[in-house]
Amino acid sequence: MKSTALSLSVLAALALGSASAQTTVKIATLSPLSGGQSDLGTQIRNGAQLAVNEYRAEFQRLGMNLQLVAYDDQADPATGTAQARKIAADRSILAVVGTLNSGVAIPSSQALVSSRVAMVSPANTANQVTDRGLSNMNRIVARDDAQGPAGANFLADNLKAKRVYLLNDKTAYGEGLAKEVEKALRAKGVQVVGNEGTEEKSDFSSIIAKIRLQRPDAIYFGGIYNQVGVFIKQLREAGITTPVMGGDGLDSAELATIAGKGATNIYFTTVAAPIDALPAAKTFAANFQKTFNDQAQGFAAFGYDAAKVVLQGILAAYKANGNKVPSRQQVETAIRKGTFTGLLSGTVSFNSVGDRKSATLYVMNVQNGKYSLSARLPVRPARQ
Amino acid sequence: MTAVHPVSPRRVTPDRTGLLLLIFLLTSALLLLSHNREWLGTLGGVGALLRNPIVEAVVVSLFLANILFAYLWRAAPWAKALVGLGSLLLVLPWAGQEDTSLLDLSIQIMIFAALALGLNIVVGLAGLLDLGYVAFFAVGAYLWGIFASPRLAEILRYYGENPGATNAGTLALGLFLTAVTAASMVAINRHHQRVPPTRASSWGFGLASFGLVAGLILSARALLVLNAFRAEGLANGIDPNFFWLFLALSVLAAAIVGVLIGLPVLRLKGDYLAIITLGLGEVIRVLANNLDLYSAGSQGITPIGSASVGWFDALAARLGFAEDQYGLLFLYVLSLLMVGIILVVNVRLDRSRIGRAWIAIRDDEVAAQAMGVPLVRTKLIAFATGASFAGVMGMIFAAKQTFVSPESFNLFQSIGVLSMVILGGMGSFPGVILGAAVVTLLNLRILPGLGEATANLSWIPQQANPGQLQRLIFGVILVAMMLLRPEGLLPSRRRTLELHHEGDQEDDSAKGTGPSLTGGGGDVYSPGLETRQEDEPAGGTR
Amino acid sequence: MDLATLLPFLVNVIAGGLVLGFVYAIIALGYTMVYGVLQLINFAHSEVFVTGAVVGFEVFRVLTPSPMNGYLKLLIALLAAMVISGLLNVTIERLAYRPLRNAPRLVPLITAIGVSLILQDVLRLIEGFQGRFDLTYTLPDGFSGKFCGAESSCAAVGSTLARLGLDLQLKDVILIVVALLSLAVLNYLVNRTRLGKAIRAVAQDRVTAGLMGIDSNRMISATFLIGGALGGISGVLFGMKFGTVNAYSGFDPGIIAFTAAVLGGIGSIPGAVLGGLALGVIQNLIGVTNIFGGLLGIANLEAIDASYQRIGAFIVLVLILIFKPTGLLGKSNVEKV
Repeated sequence: MKSTALSLSVLAALALGSASAQTTVKIATLSPLSGGQSDLGTQIRNGAQLAVNEYRAEFQRLGMNLQLVAYDDQADPATGTAQARKIAADRSILAVVGTLNSGVAIPSSQALVSSRVAMVSPANTANQVTDRGLSNMNRIVARDDAQGPAGANFLADNLKAKRVYLLNDKTAYGEGLAKEVEKALRAKGVQVVGNEGTEEKSDFSSIIAKIRLQRPDAIYFGGIYNQVGVFIKQLREAGITTPVMGGDGLDSAELATIAGKGATNIYFTTVAAPIDALPAAKTFAANFQKTFNDQAQGFAAFGYDAAKVVLQGILAAYKANGNKVPSRQQVETAIRKGTFTGLLSGTVSFNSVGDRKSATLYVMNVQNGKYSLSARLPVRPARQ
Repeated sequence: MTAVHPVSPRRVTPDRTGLLLLIFLLTSALLLLSHNREWLGTLGGVGALLRNPIVEAVVVSLFLANILFAYLWRAAPWAKALVGLGSLLLVLPWAGQEDTSLLDLSIQIMIFAALALGLNIVVGLAGLLDLGYVAFFAVGAYLWGIFASPRLAEILRYYGENPGATNAGTLALGLFLTAVTAASMVAINRHHQRVPPTRASSWGFGLASFGLVAGLILSARALLVLNAFRAEGLANGIDPNFFWLFLALSVLAAAIVGVLIGLPVLRLKGDYLAIITLGLGEVIRVLANNLDLYSAGSQGITPIGSASVGWFDALAARLGFAEDQYGLLFLYVLSLLMVGIILVVNVRLDRSRIGRAWIAIRDDEVAAQAMGVPLVRTKLIAFATGASFAGVMGMIFAAKQTFVSPESFNLFQSIGVLSMVILGGMGSFPGVILGAAVVTLLNLRILPGLGEATANLSWIPQQANPGQLQRLIFGVILVAMMLLRPEGLLPSRRRTLELHHEGDQEDDSAKGTGPSLTGGGGDVYSPGLETRQEDEPAGGTR
Repeated sequence: MDLATLLPFLVNVIAGGLVLGFVYAIIALGYTMVYGVLQLINFAHSEVFVTGAVVGFEVFRVLTPSPMNGYLKLLIALLAAMVISGLLNVTIERLAYRPLRNAPRLVPLITAIGVSLILQDVLRLIEGFQGRFDLTYTLPDGFSGKFCGAESSCAAVGSTLARLGLDLQLKDVILIVVALLSLAVLNYLVNRTRLGKAIRAVAQDRVTAGLMGIDSNRMISATFLIGGALGGISGVLFGMKFGTVNAYSGFDPGIIAFTAAVLGGIGSIPGAVLGGLALGVIQNLIGVTNIFGGLLGIANLEAIDASYQRIGAFIVLVLILIFKPTGLLGKSNVEKV
């Protein structure tokens, strides 16, 4: 069986090799496709695939055969680095969409920087991802120190919280975000009555008991929807109706499903525009459902946007290169210098280290399982 | 043993020098060809075939198999040396020049080979199931990570701002405490060798070790506070020339942690030990995740420096390597060297008194004790030795990744290393190295290659793409290999010999390692009726 | 903070720990029974448990529109999960462990890990084809409500509990009842039937049991069937209590449950139950240590928060095993030479 699979793929490779007189141009995704985070990583891959499908015809016209190659980093830094070096060795790959975890993004981008392969991250919010100043590392999501203070401001100004309980998931994402929220809250004179992390995914009874004891006005949970959703469900079942806020890790329709009847009084910040606000978002969601028989979550939208940035970057580099297939370095420059439109998260252009020059953070509100836009907060990184 | 019991009439294997050289040349040519873009471009269809990720992975695997052939086959020694050295020192770096992923892969294989060799001492030789082995790897990685990165300056700055009551007197006190307690521990130990330990002397030993830890903490704290003013000068960590010192320190630190973890738990047996080590492995990871000041918590430490050796860089430049490849090449050569040293240490230990003591403990603890093998000390040495290999490789890992974070040291890694040891053949040095190579190749090359090659085939449904079923395929291979070759890919010679001399040797069936005395013939119900209790001799019937 | 607020807090923390502990206990039984007969850490048990949870999810999902009584739905879910998980466990033993009866002890451990990896991805695939990853239970009405709420017939009991500060949901009570029933049945099965006697005989000494005419392979299969069925029950209870599972959720509770089995004395059935309950409570108490640290003004204790829950369990295990090397209820074997 193995040998038939092998010979089939060999045949396929031969067919591909001989059929196209066009130059093959690839972009890669690097995200966890197996293991506990495979759901999120697959969303990123599928989002990018949708963007590639959209642009394939245009590339075809220009004599480029566009392909997407998905790499599995298994959410492990060493595996991610090994895959990144494989990506570096395949010269037809011009840029990478990835990764999900900043723990993987940091060493991977380091491994890619010498071969000038640009990375556009759909998910990494940790400050040091771009603070290292690599020429190839960009991201479309807001930094922790942009998203955190935005969340803190919303807690203090809109929700009028005086006492806030902070939680995080003990990952680079959740903990980094919660730390920035804490800093901003303290600066505003809001009392932080509790601040802890938990890797627990199912049982939150001791934390909920503490929350009941401390009676905060609001809870901020830096984490991903499949953990926070379970927490909220148990919180509401324990009869606590305190508002819960989070970052873009909560941007998912699954959140309401998981939290069930408890899906109320939830807020989160995200760069992806709500589906009702943007016609493109509606088309995207429908296409995603049709292509993958799966509902598009936030990470799919971010993956789609990151891939679109990459593809528009390649097209721009193609033009700048006198209508010839561009080099990696040209693509890297085009991505860092260009302005990209038609995205679900608005217009993107990067500053000198690869952060978005400006972005709109949408604060979404979930009431009785329904998502609605609660506020728009423009954010700009300190560096331009 | 070989001398005493010549095994079954030696099968006459043909001399394969010619074949070996032929395969070496062929696979080397294929490897170089398949990683050279220009050459591939001129080859048309063949080039496209070689570029296929699966074919590429197979080529890499075949090339590495050279070294295995050189080890296994009967061939002229010069040919073996040529193939071994030529593959590792010439062809691989050469191909790595075009494709650094080969170097990364090789370093990763060697890191795991060293880890597997270390765990092999603990599990394969001494028979102690350790499921938290990766903790020692973490110790080495974090030791170098903290000192060779901006973290050090952060820590110093913190202690500069919060000196507490610490001053030069604290340092003196700490050093004094350390010296006194260490001396008394040595004294008690000497005493124990003459007279059996009493309750009071054991408690004294425990108290002294507690004092030792306290003394070390006090001294370290005082040193940090007193050196706080250096923070500005150490903004990017210590001088990279300390790399060599830290290679030694990482060995030491991991061995100390090994002893510290081992001391309380090595009295436990079998699977009690397994779950405790698993737990302590988790403790180390969670501490790394929680002690923000030292380990930067979940954010991880970056950038981590590496050694820069002038003459090596010059040599690499002369050989045509690009500047950004020097570091990787250096680590490649270094890890090769380390695996070599570790292998030699292993072989020497195996043939030494301590090696025989380990095997005696593994085979029958009670008998070993009766023969005068000090159980806890022998086990502690096994733990510390195994740990030290992991420590030094952890340091190389940190330098290679330029980044460490707790997610690299989870339970899966420990289990992965264990599977390498068992898959290769417990107790067999070439076996566990092969196991490490096979598992790493599968995980980093062959299975991703399969995923890559099938990524754009429309007849495979999205959800079932092999690219995201790597773990499933790996699981199938793991189960299949174990069912087909339960003794491992390259079982240890000693063990094979033991199995061939069942009649006059100690029966192994209590561990299920061989055809048992009780279960072999007369049993009707199942071939596996022998007792398997750790502490019971075979069948419990004699 | 005074005693009046702190007492209900503590009561709730311990109660939550006990409910969690019952789930651990039932999972731990699956580990400990298999260990008893084969001396094998059945790493695949966590996936057998998740399979039960997935089956439970599917039953509740399919039965959501039906007007059937909620308890009947639960019964169907439990039975389906027991059958499927039990058969799965038997199949795993048949295919992956039995051919290795004579191999070194660690070899089946590796196949167990392999099987665990396979099952995780297979479960993900099965649900993935229907566009699902995180499976959220749709429970019958009322299960998530307060136990003996104000308008129910047993409101008096509810108000008594409320006075104690105990905040229980109906599903917590159901969970405890189901767990206790399973324990009672298991106890009967193991200690009062011929099958149980045979299983105990095989666990004690396979050779002698063979000489007495006991087919050890059948007994091992029976053990895996019972262990798998318990895994199925615990999966449904876990899904019902915590609401959401996915193909990979088994790993963490699996490790903790195995720790519980070791804590109680591996191979001992009452030990597994005791260990599970103890770990559940200990974990929750460690999770709230910082509150007491704050009250007592001890800064170091204040740092012990929920992130230390898991390793706290391990440290307790180390401490207990140092003083009692065979666990709380484990028999200490006298070494025979």
